[in-house]
Amino acid sequence: MIFKLSDNIISSLGFTTNANYNAVLEGKSGIAPGKDATGNAIAVSRIDPDKMEENFRNTFKTKKIYTLPEQAMLLSAHIAMKEAGIKASSERTCFVLSSTKGNIHLLGLSSHDFGENRIHLWHTAGLLAGFFGNPNIPVTVSNACISGACAQIAAIHLLEQDTYDHVVVTGMDLAPDFIVSGFQSFKSLDEERCRPFDARRKGLNLGEAAATIVYGKEKRKGISLISGSIRNDANHISGPSRTGEGLYRALQTTLGNVPASDIGFISAHGTATPYNDQMEAVAFSRAGLGSTPVFSLKAQFGHTLGAAGILESVIATKALEQGLVLPSAGYEEPGIEGAINVSTTLSKTDKRFCLKTLSGFGGCNAVLLFENAL
Amino acid sequence: MKKITSYCRITDHQVILNGKKLEIAFSGDPGSSRLTEIYRYLDVGYPKFHKMDNLSKAGFLASEMVLGSLNYDRETPDGSTSVVFANKSASLDDDKRFQETIKPDNYYPSPAVFVYTLPNIVTGEVAIRNKILGETSFFILEDFDAEKMHIFIEWAFSSPGISRVLCGWTEYLDGHCDVLVMMMEKESSNGMDYNILNINQLY
Repeated sequence: MIFKLSDNIISSLGFTTNANYNAVLEGKSGIAPGKDATGNAIAVSRIDPDKMEENFRNTFKTKKIYTLPEQAMLLSAHIAMKEAGIKASSERTCFVLSSTKGNIHLLGLSSHDFGENRIHLWHTAGLLAGFFGNPNIPVTVSNACISGACAQIAAIHLLEQDTYDHVVVTGMDLAPDFIVSGFQSFKSLDEERCRPFDARRKGLNLGEAAATIVYGKEKRKGISLISGSIRNDANHISGPSRTGEGLYRALQTTLGNVPASDIGFISAHGTATPYNDQMEAVAFSRAGLGSTPVFSLKAQFGHTLGAAGILESVIATKALEQGLVLPSAGYEEPGIEGAINVSTTLSKTDKRFCLKTLSGFGGCNAVLLFENAL
Repeated sequence: MKKITSYCRITDHQVILNGKKLEIAFSGDPGSSRLTEIYRYLDVGYPKFHKMDNLSKAGFLASEMVLGSLNYDRETPDGSTSVVFANKSASLDDDKRFQETIKPDNYYPSPAVFVYTLPNIVTGEVAIRNKILGETSFFILEDFDAEKMHIFIEWAFSSPGISRVLCGWTEYLDGHCDVLVMMMEKESSNGMDYNILNINQLY
């Protein structure tokens, strides 16, 4: 069990956790009309690059040039660490980076001055730790859309190892042409704002974000991450299992002895693709969670890939702290077969536990169990 | 006691399975065609192989040899084995291939190429082939690091119900292959001791 000291989210909805959380409570969405590489209309949640640059330059008095994803990652980690009051340069602090594509946009530039290593995720992670003067080799996870959960599971292990006192978990992904065109080729993008779990859902929106959680091992009140696990469907590299096998197994393993009836809500993956949302319902139902309130945050933030598991854990645990179950944005008409309780209004819960679930390409699934300790 | 019960090493010029060099007559220069030559030599008979990117092909072939040498039952769903791989270049080899398909004057992105622009797909390919329902994870390191890999393997073993971890270094970039796949078993009387020194020696 590890304890959350602080967090941060940088997205189109704001540059602090509170700005993002309050936007969600107010029913706002960062998803807006955009264009793909060939000029076609898409719906996407983008970080304003000018605002990002301005915030970055106002915070860090450096003359060095950083890419947009690096700026988002560094600023997010900085804000969270400042709030936690931890020493980033301590050898008792370790960084974990979660990203699927990092600086992949560099591959599309005919030339740049960043050097050939800059595209590598190990370099991005090294830059994160090095920027703050940290001496340890960071952990870099790249496990498709579940990376943000894997990074937090790594934090549990790192803090249990007794080598570190604090772990800074940062996730980051943007939506460059590379990623947009790939998802488009899969025909999995909705041109309008996505509708997770709804009958009319027809695809996902991509989103840009960086998000950070600082964890410590000292017992404290508030949010703790109790356990987490990862399991594979062994079914298909790009399609979810019809039986939800991997997610079901990850739920079982993560819950352990905690009864399903103690779970206040599930912050689901809920990408709004027809198959993903249906698969999740099957897995929840199999795990005895068919009546547990479920919501997705994809209609507010889009699918933020490597940042998603961290960003959505921040919002979900903030709601848990306040005893609130968030409504699942974009959901109007039931569109899932089987038992699933999609949250439609902001409601109260007095339960102390919540789950964060994620599923991704490669057939991987991850589940995190959080507790709010009074 | 934990043991390394089988291992396979694939480099540009040779394939070694449990200490024995396989007599494969390679033709031509190193590159993706070598992976096809290994596939033919092993007589795998798994047509999906031809759809894979080079990283997946390399990790898949090494896993085939390791699991084959252990007479692994790939027909029964297996919730007690996990797959943990790591490398340096993530999926950059396939990323470059995909980038070629999204140039403004030559735009034809394909899902068959895009799906492999994630390094963890190779762990999924191995899980599908062998009905492995445990954890699948992928880590990135600047260089092969037995100490770090040992840590990642320990993490996988700590998950409830996991008694075997298929793990290794699966690096493929620009025609160069650098792969070591090993099977670690929690309770085994056979094999090499599972420790950092031995992992380093196998690499």
